[in-house]
Amino acid sequence: MKKRILVVCGSGLGSSLLVEMNIAEAIGELGIDAEVSHADLASAKSLKPDIIVGTMDLFPQIKDKAPHVVALRSLFDKKEVKDKIANLFAPPGES
Amino acid sequence: MDTLWKVLLHDVLSQPAVLIGLTALVGLLLQKKAFHQVVSGTFKTTMGYLILGAGAGVTVGALDKFGTLFQKGFGVHGVVPHNESIVAIAVQTYGRETALIMALGLVANILFARFTPWKYIFLSGHHTFYMAVLLAAIFVSAGVTGWPMVILGALLLGFTMVLYPAVGQPIMRKITDSDDIAFGHFSTVGAVVGAVVGKWFGNKEDSTESMKLPENLTFLRDTSLAIAVVMFILFVVVSAVAGQEAVSQLSGGQNWVVFSFLQALTFAAGVYVILAGVRMIIAEIIPAFRGIAMKLVPNAKPALDCPVVYPYAPTAVFIGFLFSFLGGIVSMIVQAALRWTVIVPGVIPHFFCGANAGVFGNATGGRKGAMIGAFVHGVIISFLPIALLGLLGELGYKNTTFSDSDFLMTGIAVGYIVRLFK
Repeated sequence: MKKRILVVCGSGLGSSLLVEMNIAEAIGELGIDAEVSHADLASAKSLKPDIIVGTMDLFPQIKDKAPHVVALRSLFDKKEVKDKIANLFAPPGES
Repeated sequence: MDTLWKVLLHDVLSQPAVLIGLTALVGLLLQKKAFHQVVSGTFKTTMGYLILGAGAGVTVGALDKFGTLFQKGFGVHGVVPHNESIVAIAVQTYGRETALIMALGLVANILFARFTPWKYIFLSGHHTFYMAVLLAAIFVSAGVTGWPMVILGALLLGFTMVLYPAVGQPIMRKITDSDDIAFGHFSTVGAVVGAVVGKWFGNKEDSTESMKLPENLTFLRDTSLAIAVVMFILFVVVSAVAGQEAVSQLSGGQNWVVFSFLQALTFAAGVYVILAGVRMIIAEIIPAFRGIAMKLVPNAKPALDCPVVYPYAPTAVFIGFLFSFLGGIVSMIVQAALRWTVIVPGVIPHFFCGANAGVFGNATGGRKGAMIGAFVHGVIISFLPIALLGLLGELGYKNTTFSDSDFLMTGIAVGYIVRLFK
């Protein structure tokens, strides 16, 4: 099963698209089989993602909207995104 | 052959939805995407443009009722600035010009970044799109049309995409402690002016982040929900002042509270649809733009959407919203007392741009800087729209207008300068 990653921000326009581009790059480099998309907060729940991603300051709004939550300290730090995604997909016992 | 040429000229190049689709197509081809990605990307972008138009009708219905009741209740014209609604209305008239200005404006941004010291690549596609709409409207109302308008508009759009990030950069360096990223959101001037004023009164050591705010305020970060809640309050106030009689004329006898609730949510629903359309347009165009720009301008700095600064000062985000909104309410009362056109505080500009002003103000003047800076910002975006209304031609008579400081500044400056030469 392909895991579905959803990046959210307030309006689902600029910031979430940016993080989506970085995640797409990261899963490509890590060789992870997942699909990533972006949306606004209001639509997040109905899209039923496996993993939801947003910035730290949105954490209260996203924490209950998916089985796995990734809260980012920064919108543009590619390394942080890559590490957190890699951690999530690491086989149990390795992280 | 003649007919083919005709179809190309009249049906392809005059259709904004097709032009926007073509822009995405070029970007996808330049990125050498797979065939199915090229097809789906082009279709989605074109569809996004059509969805945007569908949302316009929904918001206008609710806005017109709001305007009518406001006029009846207060005896003056009330305008609720919201970029989304004015853009969706405007592209019905200026769609073709907008699409051309946007496509060429992206190229102009790359040229400015390549050949001037302002090496910014502006990645907030929705704001690029809104600025293209504003420039098209300003030029057409001033009587500048055709290719001169497209070329001038595109150059100006590209220029704003490096100018405003450059204006914000000194404070961005303070906020992020680095020079790697820039602020790419057309609310820069309001945030910077607020931060400069806030600096006089505050002390940056006394940061907002030492304050604790209730967690449940974050629901306001949900754009559609925040619009629904604030518009409901505004509708209730206006309906109450106008009275059940006036409401009944619009609603066929519906109770005024129920009417207010449904109209506010209809407006929010319309904005939701518009945003979905804008999202589909920029989702295909921006990745291509970023890829190409970063290749052509190796030392470019990305200028990013406003939430990029929020994680640095989450408390300042809410302080900024509350005080900007307060500035909007105070301005509204002053305008009503003067019997001017009244600018009703729009929730999106006060939230997003007010939050920026809060974060910028906190960086220069701490807690007081955030409060005063955001308040000043709220006053700025309440008075600038009045100066812009007269420069927008037909668009100036709607119940909504552009809402963020840089759109307003650009519109006023370009509008007056163009009129000097006409």
